[in-house]
Amino acid sequence: MKPGIHVSFAMSWAAAVFLSVGCGRQPQVVNAQTATNVPAIAPGVRMASPLPNGDWEMPSGDYANTRFSTLDKINTANVGNLKVVASMTTGIPHGHEGGPLVVNNTMYVVTPFPNNLIAIDLKNPKGPLKWVYHPYPDSRAVGIACCDVVNRGASYADGKIIYNTLDDHTVAVDANTGKEVWRATVGDMNIGETVTSAPLIVKNHVIVGDSGGELGVRGKVIALDLKTGKEAWRAYSSGPDNEALIGPDFKPFYNKDRGKDLGVTTWTTDQWKLGGGTQWGWISYDPELNLIFYGTGNPGVWNADQRPGDNKWSCTIFARNPDTGQAKWAFQINPHDSRDYDEIMENIAVDMDWGGRMRKLLLHPSRNGFMLVLDRETGELLSAQKFEASTNWASGYDLKTGLPMEDPSKQTHQGKTTEDICPSSTGGKEFVPSSFSPRTGLLYIPAHNTCMSYGGVKAGYIAGTPYLGASVKMKPGPGGFQGEFIAWDVKNSKPVWSIKEPVLPVYSGVLSTAGDVVFYGTMDGYFRAVDARKGNVLWQYKTSSGIVGNPMTYIGPDGKQYVAVYSGVGGWMGAVAFPDISADDDYAALGVVGAMKQIKNYTAPGGTLYVFGM
Amino acid sequence: MSSVCSTIVAVCTCLGLATAADLHVCSDPDNLPYSNRQQQGFENQLAAMTARDLGRTVKYVWIPQRGPFFKALQQGACDMVMGVPTDFPAALTTQPYYRSTYVFASLRSKHLNIRSFDDKRLKTLRIGLQIVAEGDGDVPPAQALAHRGIVSNISWFRLNRNFLGAHRPASLLDAVEKGDIDVAIVWGPIAGSYARTASAPLALTPVSPQAEGDTPFAFNISMGVRPGDTNLKAALNSMIRGRRDEIRRLLDQFGVPEAPANR
Repeated sequence: MKPGIHVSFAMSWAAAVFLSVGCGRQPQVVNAQTATNVPAIAPGVRMASPLPNGDWEMPSGDYANTRFSTLDKINTANVGNLKVVASMTTGIPHGHEGGPLVVNNTMYVVTPFPNNLIAIDLKNPKGPLKWVYHPYPDSRAVGIACCDVVNRGASYADGKIIYNTLDDHTVAVDANTGKEVWRATVGDMNIGETVTSAPLIVKNHVIVGDSGGELGVRGKVIALDLKTGKEAWRAYSSGPDNEALIGPDFKPFYNKDRGKDLGVTTWTTDQWKLGGGTQWGWISYDPELNLIFYGTGNPGVWNADQRPGDNKWSCTIFARNPDTGQAKWAFQINPHDSRDYDEIMENIAVDMDWGGRMRKLLLHPSRNGFMLVLDRETGELLSAQKFEASTNWASGYDLKTGLPMEDPSKQTHQGKTTEDICPSSTGGKEFVPSSFSPRTGLLYIPAHNTCMSYGGVKAGYIAGTPYLGASVKMKPGPGGFQGEFIAWDVKNSKPVWSIKEPVLPVYSGVLSTAGDVVFYGTMDGYFRAVDARKGNVLWQYKTSSGIVGNPMTYIGPDGKQYVAVYSGVGGWMGAVAFPDISADDDYAALGVVGAMKQIKNYTAPGGTLYVFGM
Repeated sequence: MSSVCSTIVAVCTCLGLATAADLHVCSDPDNLPYSNRQQQGFENQLAAMTARDLGRTVKYVWIPQRGPFFKALQQGACDMVMGVPTDFPAALTTQPYYRSTYVFASLRSKHLNIRSFDDKRLKTLRIGLQIVAEGDGDVPPAQALAHRGIVSNISWFRLNRNFLGAHRPASLLDAVEKGDIDVAIVWGPIAGSYARTASAPLALTPVSPQAEGDTPFAFNISMGVRPGDTNLKAALNSMIRGRRDEIRRLLDQFGVPEAPANR
């Protein structure tokens, strides 16, 4: 057990001036923080929700999860002049996933466990922190969390910064004073549940997903009242329809997802009670359709041989009414998952010309290596092409049935060896979110080329009981690279260019802007700006640690554009960089060590917030 | 000659103090029948016996037996842990001090008398198994049953590692007693200690076969020390050899079933 992680944060401003104070900031028009118009938008593209235009108030910047900003003061012509204007260590040697918010000239940073919330007054750059809120989460959560003690960020609404703590609480903090407004219990550590995701606030509901799919948790998403934190609804990812909030509105597109109580009948006896299907990734929202979209994680128990059936609703995209939680449709991506392909990835809402008519699309770059395009009104699968070429567990999807065309020799069975399954459990991409630029029509995907062999058994011992674990061993896929930053042409369902990383996966989120610059980070610590159309690297800066966070951009009090990102390696794959994780055992960390042996030669943990500007 | 005596006593006392170094044992604070903070488990008694033999004093480092448990040993938070499978990779293991087996546990009044995974009745009886709450494994009987196509009549029971409150490792056996399931397949020490105090008599029979392919159903259990700590390992080995009968009596008291030696 870790001896309490002490929170210390030291300000170490890299530049004397964070943002110049009182230098004639133009008064901004109220409500100018979002925009719906994108200059020079690509033909046949329409945005489904307002875009960030100065502030950054929710995890993805916008409800549609495009992570596109209309800011263009930093652009292809001048991005080469980008410099560090400030940096600050969090003092925490764990994965810094997610990204900061900026609201009303204040930046808000949520740290990994112990999940402190730091407020930085952008108008007082040299001054002390505006405040720090300490939730003091129960340290026992550290021993329960599966894959590092990460946090993926906060949301702002109604004068409150709202986020989740590892020990199963959602907290609402007054954005001005740092005082806790309410605190809600959203899970139970006793059964292995933790929370690492960022909540999304839709109207008067705070929507929260859980973690713990490795521990036999029954996954769920709950909605809390924005004013009080009181629970409004909860939707389980398994079990009877009334507990999965499946009712008369439910109209899935495919037969495979239709039927009564599939969350019970697609499992063996009572096993849905341990059914997994947690939601630790991203939630998106379409204000016009009034639907939220999210994907669910892997099913439990771990051994697929022990749970014949589709195991609904694991590895499934849900469309739900945010007011009631009632499901509108569901699409199970990986029926009877045997490879740990969680599908908690982002679901990006955008309207595009598709085969001659405008359709409301949902873009889901899948853990399983396929780029899925669905109709978000109906759940129909419109396209499924491999974005990571090594993907071999299935040849494609049958668009008529919505089912993957699987290679049976790539199924896993406990006690039997299955070699070279691509992608590995860590996916063709992980939870790290892609970004869609409406100006280029391209989706920028942070991807992995990692494969695994799966089989044999090794002895394990837990709570006084000997058990047998699978020997999962990951390794870089074929082609001489493990990371790939892919620009994907959505309309034509094919890649247009990519940037390959020889050794390490790309494990950071992506930001695209109206300046036609795309930002992302690498696991060896480079923060990069890439030309959104041509894919050439325009600028890069080596930060102090590997980047597993999500870049964001905002307008400072001086009217200038800034870009911020966390540096601080960690998370499932990144944890191999930690000094206390040995790189000797390929099977350690659920098999991920085999693919990440070299990371210690490139980076070490330690969280730092970086702000870049001109 | 009292002065000589007192000198000798003083010397002895000094030596005694010098050798009475603490023996730090990582132990689960709430994991009966193995250990708990009140030191009521058989591993607690074994730790006391071990420390006496080594002329040291037990100092417990209480850590729930989960992921960080063995990391704590490796990082030096403690000198040893009490019960691990022999050759378990996360520790340097001593020679085994007992060998136990998964058992079929049912109500004696049902007269099921199941001895083998090949018993046809297992296809229809209600079977209970433990889920290993660690994400990457199964109890070995799960694999034996899966190979025989026995899946739909299994109920899964969490090991119920309860981090904050009461610890109920035996919910599976509660279900046998209440008749919710017909037979549980459970690790011997847990079943044996539960059966001693069960309100209805339970029949426990070792599973057969005792291994299948790569899958063992019986395990040698050792003490574990830090990788590289060969001195402590040697001292523990000699203690285990010297006190074999005493250790067996202790395990019998707790109802730990013995499995035949590994061939």
